Amino acid sequence: MNTPAPLPTHSFLRRLLQRWGAHPEARKHPAADTDVTVLPLPPRLILPLAQHIGAPARPLVQAGQYVLRGELIAEAQGAISAPLHAPTSGTIIGIADVPVPHASGLAGPAILLETDGRDEALPAEHADPFSLEPAEIARRVAAAGVVGMGGATFPSAVKLALGQKNPIPTLILNGGECEPYLSCDDRLMRERAPEVIDGARIILRAIGGERALIGVESNKPQAIAALRAAADGIADVDIVEVPSRYPMGSEKQLISWLTGREIPAEGRSADIGVMVQNVGTAAAIHRAIRFGEPLTRRIITVAGGAIRTPRNLEVRIGTPLSTLVAFCGGTTEPVARWVMGGPMMGLSIHSLDIPVIKGSGGLLGLVEHELAALPEPGPCIRCAACVGACPIGLMPLEMAALIKNGDLKASVEIGLKDCISCGTCSFVCPSQIPLVQYFNHAKGELAAQGRNRMKQDAIKELVDARESRMEREAREKAEAAERRKAERARAKAAAAAKASAAVQTNEETTA
Amino acid sequence: MSPISSPHAHGAHSVGRVMLLVMLALSPATAAGFWQFGWPAITLWCVTILSALLSEAFCARLAERPAGPMLADGSAMLTGWLLALSLPPWAPWWIAAAGASFAIIVAKHAFGGLGQNLFNPAMAARVMLLISFPVEMTQWLAPNAAGMSAGLDPMTAFSVTFAGNVPDAMTSASLLGHVKAEASRGIALSQSLTGYWDPFSFGLGQRAGSLGETSALLLATGGLFLVLKRVIGLRIPAAFILGVVLPAAFAHLLAPDQYLPPLAHLLTGGVMLGAFFIATDYVSSPSTPLGQWIFGLGCGVLTWVIRTWGAYPEGVAFAVLLMNSATPLIDRATRPRIFGRRRNGHSMTAP
Ligand code: SF4
Ligand code: SF4
Repeated sequence: MNTPAPLPTHSFLRRLLQRWGAHPEARKHPAADTDVTVLPLPPRLILPLAQHIGAPARPLVQAGQYVLRGELIAEAQGAISAPLHAPTSGTIIGIADVPVPHASGLAGPAILLETDGRDEALPAEHADPFSLEPAEIARRVAAAGVVGMGGATFPSAVKLALGQKNPIPTLILNGGECEPYLSCDDRLMRERAPEVIDGARIILRAIGGERALIGVESNKPQAIAALRAAADGIADVDIVEVPSRYPMGSEKQLISWLTGREIPAEGRSADIGVMVQNVGTAAAIHRAIRFGEPLTRRIITVAGGAIRTPRNLEVRIGTPLSTLVAFCGGTTEPVARWVMGGPMMGLSIHSLDIPVIKGSGGLLGLVEHELAALPEPGPCIRCAACVGACPIGLMPLEMAALIKNGDLKASVEIGLKDCISCGTCSFVCPSQIPLVQYFNHAKGELAAQGRNRMKQDAIKELVDARESRMEREAREKAEAAERRKAERARAKAAAAAKASAAVQTNEETTA
Repeated sequence: MSPISSPHAHGAHSVGRVMLLVMLALSPATAAGFWQFGWPAITLWCVTILSALLSEAFCARLAERPAGPMLADGSAMLTGWLLALSLPPWAPWWIAAAGASFAIIVAKHAFGGLGQNLFNPAMAARVMLLISFPVEMTQWLAPNAAGMSAGLDPMTAFSVTFAGNVPDAMTSASLLGHVKAEASRGIALSQSLTGYWDPFSFGLGQRAGSLGETSALLLATGGLFLVLKRVIGLRIPAAFILGVVLPAAFAHLLAPDQYLPPLAHLLTGGVMLGAFFIATDYVSSPSTPLGQWIFGLGCGVLTWVIRTWGAYPEGVAFAVLLMNSATPLIDRATRPRIFGRRRNGHSMTAP
């Protein structure tokens, strides 16, 4: 596989031709303007076992057990999973079902930890990444429980392992942060640029990569400057400014903008020699390898019209959201909706007892006027705004109409499965039709149908197996009977032969 | 379905705002029409819009839905407005009322209401009127004879609009009608155009024509304003204009005495209104980028063909309706390529 040559990214023609996306109001200030503040330790941490894509972690601790910061408290289970570590020292209270940040709104199991305020750490192993084998880097990243911190929460080590089979020439660090309000990546890049750059180089080593491109939206000039300064003299890391436009931070869009290549619809980025990691993930990998520090803290933006002092906080994983809001001075106006993540793809939540997890980039307290303007969606006026905005080239209006009519099959035929649920179409729709809601619903339906079909297939298999077993048994029985009959017949024949022979001999002898 | 779904934010466009911006963009040309054709034009405009609103309220009542929100989205008012602009300025009131109610009740609500209509309601009404009432629908006024500058008082307006008293002295033929009539008598263009065709005054709207179709410059300005505001795209208007200009230029080059020059096509009849305000109607035009090019070109070429060889002197309304009927087909045939897939829908493969 060869290295894709990056196209000139500021080309006027490309901007003219690639017109997808939307320009939501950035609303990143004032949170983006102040330094990251470290949130004091809360009295209690809530650590859900499923903070990542894949199998939930399996707890290793019991109620009453004392743990140190960085201690393993739940181990990875299965090929795609991630372990969990104690974010500070303290006593395990137990394991309980608590509200967790998940679309279903259901509760999930979590380890509860009472902090002791001493924040004592387990001795950690420091290492020089460039004397480690790539496979060892991946192993350590897995052990540190690092997952995609841009919100995808895919276990990073699983991605790195892809590079062990076939080297992946190009690494792209996603510093797009195209969601409005959020500035946690911006602050990270400004304040800890060397960590990000070092993380990029470690990942390059792990995947056998040749060069890293860090894509940052043009609305973050300080971050670009800081990264450039930190990457000065490093040949294999380039910082590239990309236009500020939603969803530039989507993997597909960022790769295509930076390299001119498209991820095949039925493939993955490694197929075109590219891997994407979030800048926060790179910094976490840097700390995991250099200082043996597992992923137990992150930066999160607390913002929205209702928050008194919007800002970026560095918090331990497991901190209840209510602690964050209180630290930011509480709210000044009634909150119409709490959102975890950004406004475009974030999750609406109903309780602030939910904890910060590894993938939480933002907590937004939005007031009425920041939300949709119309009380109710109107009819589709076929304005085609959604068609022009869809970064994937779909026709949201048609897909929604088909789903509304219950024709899932037809909507799949025109691309439902290619939809990345970015919500751009809903955002631009003048009738405020909840298009992405239709798509997510339909995808859920399809997944359920798939599961059902699998179940039925499994049942059918069982039935088939039973039938064929019974058939086989019957056949065997019949065959056995046949055999016995044949044997008996043979025996009889033999006996008869013997008898006749004997008679003959007798006759002969008598003759 | 989960009750609250992302995104938790929304863009600035709403249906009401879109309609409002379109009406704003129509205002200069409408004002020019009022100035040029005087009080009867204003009365006609009011009657058309009022009839459209009443028809909309009537349909809301039939569907047992509150009329308020339906009227508030502005779409019925805009339909009435567009129809008014395409009527002869001194047409009688019942033309306006019949046209507006046909547009709203038959062309829009019989198809299922906002967003469902196959045909542009204003153009459907215009064609219906043209076929049913050819005399009233082709009664044009000489520029300046009847406008505000001529000092006609508001009372006369009532006698014109409501009693149908149009003084013969003020009527005039439109350029397209005139040319067609002269051509049928075997008179060459170079002759029949003398005294009629003057690009400069035509551009400024000094010609006989529909209430709001005369000021080509003001219409184009309003249209470009909508493009800048991202209410409409540039594809359909540009393609429409190209579709008229290219064949017209070609034919005119070959036989200048037989075919009108392209500029005359652009500045007469409803081309400007059609290109920027009619063909760009969301509901009845394609929603794919390529489809919009095809649609616009089709409208333009058909307009020229009908004007040149058809039975009617003007072809914009017919052309738009014909292309409207092709819209679902165009949309289906021109779906954009999906990211990571080839045009035929198969996934790309690794290089
Ligand atoms: S949510 Fe799906 S259909 Fe809508 S813009 Fe994003 S990718 Fe396109
Ligand atoms: S943006 Fe909304 S109104 Fe416009 S075509 Fe798409 S679904 Fe219809």
